[in-house]
Amino acid sequence: MSEPATTPTQPPEGGSPKQKDSYEAVIGLEIHVQLATVTKMFCGCELSFGEPPNTRTCPVCLGLPGSLPVANAHAVHLGLVIGLALGCELAPRSVFHRKNYFYPDLPKGYQISQYDEPLCRGGALGEVRIRRVHLEEDAAKLIHVGSSGRIHGSDASIVDFNRGGTPLAEIVTEPDLRTPEQASEWLKLLRTTLRQLGVSDVNMEEGSLRCDANISLRPACSAELGTKTELKNVNSFRFIERGIRAEIARQERILHAGRQVVQETLHYDPASDRITSLRSKEEAHDYRYFPEPDLLPVAIDQHMLAAARQALSELPSERAARFQRQLALSLETAQLLSFRSELGDYFEAALAAGADPAPPAQALANWVTGELAPRLGGYGREHDDRGGGSAVADEPVDGGVGGDPVNSRVTPAALAALVGMTAAKQVSVGAARQVLDRLIAEGGDPRAIVEAEGLAAMDGGDELAAIVAAAIAANADAAQRVREGNAKAVGPIVGQVMRQTRGRADGTEVARLVNEQLGV
Amino acid sequence: MSAEVLALSAAQASAAIGAGELDAGELFSFYRERAEADREAGQEGLNCFTWVAREAPGKAGTRVRETVPHWPDTVRMHESAGSSLAGVPLAVKDLFCTEDAPSQSGSRMLEGYTPPYTASAVARLREAGAPLLAKTNQDEFAMGSSTENSAFGPTLNPWDRTRVPGGSSGGSAAAVAAGLAPWALGTDTGGSIRQPASLCGVVGLKPTYGSVSRYGMIAFASSLDQAGPLTRDVTDAALMLAHMIGRDACDATSLAHPQQIALPSAERLDGVRIGVPAELEPEGSSIEDGVRRCFHRALALAEELGAQVNTDISLPHAPYGLSAYYILAPAEASSNLARFDGVRYGLRAASSSKVEGATDLLDMYTRTRHDGFGREVKRRIMLGTYALSSGYYEAYYGRAQKVRTKIAEDFATAFASVDLIATPTSPGVAFALGEKTADPWSMYLSDYFTVPMSLAGIPAISIPCGLSDEHARAGANGAEANGSGLPVGLQLAGPAFSENKLLDAAHALERAIAFDSTAAHV
Ligand SMILES: [Zn+2]
Repeated sequence: MSEPATTPTQPPEGGSPKQKDSYEAVIGLEIHVQLATVTKMFCGCELSFGEPPNTRTCPVCLGLPGSLPVANAHAVHLGLVIGLALGCELAPRSVFHRKNYFYPDLPKGYQISQYDEPLCRGGALGEVRIRRVHLEEDAAKLIHVGSSGRIHGSDASIVDFNRGGTPLAEIVTEPDLRTPEQASEWLKLLRTTLRQLGVSDVNMEEGSLRCDANISLRPACSAELGTKTELKNVNSFRFIERGIRAEIARQERILHAGRQVVQETLHYDPASDRITSLRSKEEAHDYRYFPEPDLLPVAIDQHMLAAARQALSELPSERAARFQRQLALSLETAQLLSFRSELGDYFEAALAAGADPAPPAQALANWVTGELAPRLGGYGREHDDRGGGSAVADEPVDGGVGGDPVNSRVTPAALAALVGMTAAKQVSVGAARQVLDRLIAEGGDPRAIVEAEGLAAMDGGDELAAIVAAAIAANADAAQRVREGNAKAVGPIVGQVMRQTRGRADGTEVARLVNEQLGV
Repeated sequence: MSAEVLALSAAQASAAIGAGELDAGELFSFYRERAEADREAGQEGLNCFTWVAREAPGKAGTRVRETVPHWPDTVRMHESAGSSLAGVPLAVKDLFCTEDAPSQSGSRMLEGYTPPYTASAVARLREAGAPLLAKTNQDEFAMGSSTENSAFGPTLNPWDRTRVPGGSSGGSAAAVAAGLAPWALGTDTGGSIRQPASLCGVVGLKPTYGSVSRYGMIAFASSLDQAGPLTRDVTDAALMLAHMIGRDACDATSLAHPQQIALPSAERLDGVRIGVPAELEPEGSSIEDGVRRCFHRALALAEELGAQVNTDISLPHAPYGLSAYYILAPAEASSNLARFDGVRYGLRAASSSKVEGATDLLDMYTRTRHDGFGREVKRRIMLGTYALSSGYYEAYYGRAQKVRTKIAEDFATAFASVDLIATPTSPGVAFALGEKTADPWSMYLSDYFTVPMSLAGIPAISIPCGLSDEHARAGANGAEANGSGLPVGLQLAGPAFSENKLLDAAHALERAIAFDSTAAHV
């Protein structure tokens, strides 16, 4: 192809304004998406949503000496879901690399990312081709104290490591966009797609969707690419349009003046509508990429592929909507069950178990998410969010059941029966919790455990009334204060009753009896 | 009493405590006082330790917090078994993170640094009943073969105080040889357990890569680092290893060992095929005569025990091992050590330079790393940075990885015809302090025989196989009465996960060699 100077559309020196239009912009986007996992990319810290600084950290995401990363299998899953949705080719084996550079927001002195063997390649969304999708960890947040808000000229810089290590999918497009409006529209399409997939909050204001734009100009009929610049962090749809427009205008001015565009990284300041250079070419980094020796390659097996395909077949948001519509679950519970598919699967199996008395759906859902899951290895999320790829895919968590209730001793039918009995007030909530602990440890039938342990609920008969009376007598001070109108003082009395009945008494009934005997 | 206690191996001490003949608290105090005396003596002693415990730990069987610090969902309290190792105290190389003790990796950069968590290997041993006695001196960030690169002064060899103990686990090896600790934990990247074991006349085992968790080991070269025991005898090495191995959720490269580690019992080597590679003589140097004589005597003993010694096997790429190692290990190190930047922990040098009134970040980085790292560490960071640079990556790192693959294939081929491979552990005996510090390559050559196994990730053990009488001993600690000469190590290597076979063979040979591992006790 010809040099720009010989192309027919190349404007002559001092070309008229009309001829300025003969340049065509070539735009590619790099989008960073924070993935909606429970824990970080390489450690067990929960993701942070505005918690006080440096409260969601551990030796791994602080880069303390001796700590090691373990890849988050759920992040890999979400990366595969994105890849499938964008029609990418999924790499059967992909590799994490270290990208080495020094900066205070990078505690290890390197970012773990993917380089020449990414998770996904190829694909397209609408008319824009996708070059690749890969996984990496987010940097920490630097806050520059002082007037400028940037590291140069600040009085001090402080680091919040809560964000450090958050899983990111980086989606890189081919340079298929031509106008600022088109770029903004396409990004909206991508955001909607990702939101429907349930892989991310995709909130630009909160930084869970971030966009860089690669921009170059070329004569309208040329197929050759001009020198590109990288416009960093244009983080709202409005700023994307304005930023790209400003950069196109800047490059046009340079070319019209007969000068060369310099390859560099740029910052767009929406307040002044000005573009400034972040890094000049002399400071260009040599990132010294090499394969991360602390991690094994991610090997995608049939199980992971099937899980990703299933996530596409009913998107979590669709499942959540179904739970709300058909079962009248609360929004929060419906989302919890659908965004953690193994909990949703267990819940649906328990609901279908045909327990008598039948458990109400919302109560059953509460027991799955609020009682059972937290008891299975902490908060029960480890299977989803620990371990990566081939390294740990088939490895049980030490002594645990991997957080997936299906692997526990509690069958869906047993939980359904227990929740049904609780709802029918055949056992108190406290006693049911004891039964659940036994089920987790030994398995078995909840009804048999209730009978063997004598945990059946006490009815509000004379026996309970007598225990209440004794408790009132033993807590005369508290009783007096209740009579004087301090309802909260009832605590010690109720506490003693619950202790004496080993939790078998129904809390509401106890409170009613106490109030009745105190005449309040 | 004290002589009797000192004479006990760790396994014997553990058994004596179990039988009620020895009190675990007394044993701890006995070694604590010996270690503390050496620490207080500084360079007048052997300088084995960077830290010594102040008091005996609580009774075994107390509630302990399982150390899986970065997986909060798997942290749980449980009753420690605390019985298997019965309270036999453990010296631990400085680079292991220990929650209650400084963990400095021999570096000024981490002087006084106390981590908020404990390394998995140390935690497992502690829970099995081996409390932390002391932290041992080492070459800075495990980079060295003499322990002279420690920011806290060199450790001296108990056989001859004018000589080095080897390295980088020199403090651990010297402490065991001198009877200042019953046993010790070290790490081996290219020979850092086996070479000091050889130079100090003790047993050192580098397990199969991945069999012991690296979580909490301050990294030198991640794809090579492996923790292992330094002990008085082979039985102790097996006992310690048995309680260290296993998959750790915090280390993605750790593996479940396919076998339980058994205490070795073999007394014969009938039917064991031992190969001696043809590529024994390193380029530009040669095996010392005294070492060669001891090595051949050990091979003759192996034959007497029924082994078939095969000198026909070949490891054609092994001679390139050192060159590949000195690309790969520094490359990984240059990245692993990037975190020491003065921002969050460790040393931060004051910056004199200001940019627009604020501290200049680059200047702070530069000064911190200039002041915090020693010469050898800087040398390797520069080597590694260069090897990974754009334009040089394929020529250096890429090619070194290919050599590594070739060496692993060489071993696989060799193990088709032999069960074990034998070499001297090091070409020479303990060398004089300062002898090799000016010439890095001559220092690197002392790992000539140990590096290939590290590159291949296979297990290897060094056991003492006699004394070389080539060098007179000077200033030994009461060891003159036991004759002259310096210890020589025999290295045995086997295929991945062949630790039991290796330990059995080493045990049979150890009995036949009958080396006095207490001869250098102080
Ligand atoms: Zn963390």
